[in-house]
Amino acid sequence: MVKVTMTVNGRTASGEVEGRTLLSGFLREELGLTGTHVGCDTSQCGACVVHVDGKAVKSCTMLAAEADGAEIATIEGQAAPDGTLNVIQQAFQDHHGLQCGFCTPGMVMSAAALLKDNPKPSEQEIREYLEGNLCRCTGYHNIVKAIMAASGQDVSAVAAE
Amino acid sequence: MPKDSGIGASPKRREDVRFLTGTGNYTDDINLNGQAYVHFLRSDVAHGRLVSVDTSDAAAMPGVVRIFTGADFEGVGGLPCGWQVTDRFGEVMQEPAHPVLAQGKVRHVGDPIAAVVADTPEQARDAAEAIAVEMEELPAVINMKEAVKDGATKVHDDLTSNLCYDWGFVEENREAVDKAIQDAAHVTTLELVNNRLVANPMEPRVAVGDFNRATGESTLYTTSQNPHVIRLLMGAFVLGIPEHKLRVVAPDVGGGFGSKIFHYAEEAFCTFAAKALNRAVKWTSSRSEAFMSDAHGRDHVTKIELALDADNNFTALRTETYANMGAYLSTFAPSVPTWLHGTLMAGNYKTPLIYVNVKAVFTNTVAVDAYRGAGRPEATYQLERVIDKAARELGVDPIALRRQNFITEFPYATPVAVEYDTGDYVATMDKLEEIADLSGFAARRAASEAKGKLRGLGVNCYIEACGIAPSNLVGQLGARAGLYESATVRVNATGGIVVMTGSHSHGQGHETSFPQVIADMIGIPEDMVEIEHGDTANTPMGMGTYGSRSLAVGGSAMVRATEKIIAKAKKIAAHILEASDADIELKDGQFTVAGTDKSLAWGDVTLAAYVPHNYPLEDIEPGLEETAFYDPANFTYPSGAYACEVEVDPDTGKVTIESFAAADDFGNIVNPMIVDGQVHGGIGQGIGQALLEGCVYDEDGQLLSASFMDYAMPRADDLPFYKVDHSCQTPCTHNPLGVKGCGEAGAIGTPPAVVNAVVDALQSAGKDVTHIDMPLSPARVWAAMNG
Ligand code: FES
Ligand code: FES
Repeated sequence: MVKVTMTVNGRTASGEVEGRTLLSGFLREELGLTGTHVGCDTSQCGACVVHVDGKAVKSCTMLAAEADGAEIATIEGQAAPDGTLNVIQQAFQDHHGLQCGFCTPGMVMSAAALLKDNPKPSEQEIREYLEGNLCRCTGYHNIVKAIMAASGQDVSAVAAE
Repeated sequence: MPKDSGIGASPKRREDVRFLTGTGNYTDDINLNGQAYVHFLRSDVAHGRLVSVDTSDAAAMPGVVRIFTGADFEGVGGLPCGWQVTDRFGEVMQEPAHPVLAQGKVRHVGDPIAAVVADTPEQARDAAEAIAVEMEELPAVINMKEAVKDGATKVHDDLTSNLCYDWGFVEENREAVDKAIQDAAHVTTLELVNNRLVANPMEPRVAVGDFNRATGESTLYTTSQNPHVIRLLMGAFVLGIPEHKLRVVAPDVGGGFGSKIFHYAEEAFCTFAAKALNRAVKWTSSRSEAFMSDAHGRDHVTKIELALDADNNFTALRTETYANMGAYLSTFAPSVPTWLHGTLMAGNYKTPLIYVNVKAVFTNTVAVDAYRGAGRPEATYQLERVIDKAARELGVDPIALRRQNFITEFPYATPVAVEYDTGDYVATMDKLEEIADLSGFAARRAASEAKGKLRGLGVNCYIEACGIAPSNLVGQLGARAGLYESATVRVNATGGIVVMTGSHSHGQGHETSFPQVIADMIGIPEDMVEIEHGDTANTPMGMGTYGSRSLAVGGSAMVRATEKIIAKAKKIAAHILEASDADIELKDGQFTVAGTDKSLAWGDVTLAAYVPHNYPLEDIEPGLEETAFYDPANFTYPSGAYACEVEVDPDTGKVTIESFAAADDFGNIVNPMIVDGQVHGGIGQGIGQALLEGCVYDEDGQLLSASFMDYAMPRADDLPFYKVDHSCQTPCTHNPLGVKGCGEAGAIGTPPAVVNAVVDALQSAGKDVTHIDMPLSPARVWAAMNG
């Protein structure tokens, strides 16, 4: 067992983990942050995306021990303390960018990382960026639209909702 | 002007807030005190005889609580099948046993052999690796046509063959159809495969079993679309637990698409083991396990023949299908290629004579059952492909050929035993031509050609039967369940309402759309209504959500219960207002005596129901809670027309979707935003089936597409924005909301549009290609182009 300490959504969190414990498992099982989802075992689906030191990372591809000392942001820390949704979360709700909600935490975290690097991505740039995030419910239409809207683009021309 | 509340409005979904903030409550988020974890040791061969399963070393590993094998389930019921099909000779289907853990034989890769329960998931997995299995490997039967040949290896030794049933529909039409085809001016024949798919909801299946020794009550938390059905099947047929001692909870569920309808071995195991060990037992499927244990979908091999007269009127249709059942009969598997497929073969057309033959076959593969659309995509695909092929053979416009043969008068009784109540196929086709700008296609084709690309246009129609279904009818057809829905509407003293519904939402947004209906009926704000679902302890009974039935059947039950509430509330109001209840009107949440200014607010009446001081106690009971069961009088028949434009790269065979348009008729619409989303998702899955997805077994029964690395799920950059329209609305005539259901349409209507478009593109370049089997991978398209 190894002891790990990291900052998660601004708070210090530590625990004892096995060497093989994944960051996704640590967040879910040790810290009870079950908003980070696990949808696959081959690092394909992106349901588990969190930010590690400001970068989008699939938390199922990283050992908890590797995250020792890191700054982690998860879906639970995205809304304001009073519950107000952030711009991306709000755009997902406004544009029906989620159905079952299982892919959603990963989508929101990926979108946040994209918009940080590229504040006004084109439709094609969004689609390419989301290559590592699978959604089975939405056909991606409203996810792409929501991200365009969150970046301040006019989406009224995109087929009506 | 779009409405801002009630039926027809698109309020933002209230469930989104918890999903967007990571506070949803999915089954894997549930952890019970002291729970143990189970890991299943699964067969890595497709077919084998178990000589011995030695668990002694494994049992001594750290943390192991107990190891179960098939022997522990002797005398325990097997997993039941919920639908018994009768074949064309009047015999019932062959129905093999389906043990919870393998007994004697394994029959597909993934068949569970042993279950290790341990203190941690890692310990359970480690110990499973230490189990010594001695297996005599047997030849696997994978190909359906080989499986039904004389002398083929049998998947089940105690059955006479691998043929589950040989179904004919309508058997009495058989000779007339044969003759009409013989006498036809033109016959178009097409052989095709409807590719095997894996539903792959993003949330893998999870089960947590719990047992309370003090009360003797078992609880199962599970990723299900229909917790009551699981309670009934598992309680009554597998474990022998009466309903009042068994609670099944399906909390937030991360998508289903059919694959979470069925009762699975892992659910029964966790419930059984929790009682045996007096300890909660949890199982979380990995995605790799999901590929080899979730029921798959489709997998039909079909020959279809369409007969036309000299004026291009359809005169007869004959189809023969081999439908894969896999190794065992999953819960509703037998119904999918029969009653959910054969009854839809008329499509949108007035073909007078139809005969459908289906041979259901056992193979050494995972069980196959309903997947979004279930039988109706298979019917639509073959019909719309053969019509397209006929048009090209005859040199007529594919849209004109369809229009010429449309059913135009309703109600319409098809030759395959269903009656369409309403529809307007001309209107949806007109709408499609407009939104897809079909008149501009020639210019777009020219532009593509200028870039060196081949452009194709594919159009098709679809009809589906939703809102399953009248219980007495499905009973005659072999269903071992009723298919009504129930709802309880509980009005609280201060006027707020809780609706407990047997429908289950796993992405469909019932928590938002159902209150829109009630709010409209009473005239109160939507936020005064809350929806509860997914817990057998709260809801009276429920058949659950599949077959696009929630609003049509579950919503109708809710409307009926609300009508009872309103009738009782009017009696209370009449008493207080000293009027006759016939004179009481309810509008905008106010009860008024007709023609007077005497009125009472909704909240005054609900309060009186619980504080019955001035109350007609001699006539009615206090309180305001009503339950209704709604059993539909018919299926509903959504329909539509879809258009797809593709570009094909002639050098690589790669297909890209350039545009996709859908004009649907869903009858009345409660929440247009949610309906659009349902159609988008269905189109995404339909394009996935057409271009990308395919579940592949090798001839030894090894599953080659066993992870997201090998099974091509549609990704954001494989898909375009879609144009969807549902302004053509012919309301359903037999449910109180006039709704038809929209959940499966996209998955049904899309695949033929894509394939028709690719064939069109290739023919535009003079290629003699009449069909390519899905998925239309670059390799397949390139091979077809290059002969
Ligand atoms: S769970 Fe991490 S990519 Fe699927
Ligand atoms: S919303 Fe269900 S998987 Fe994306």
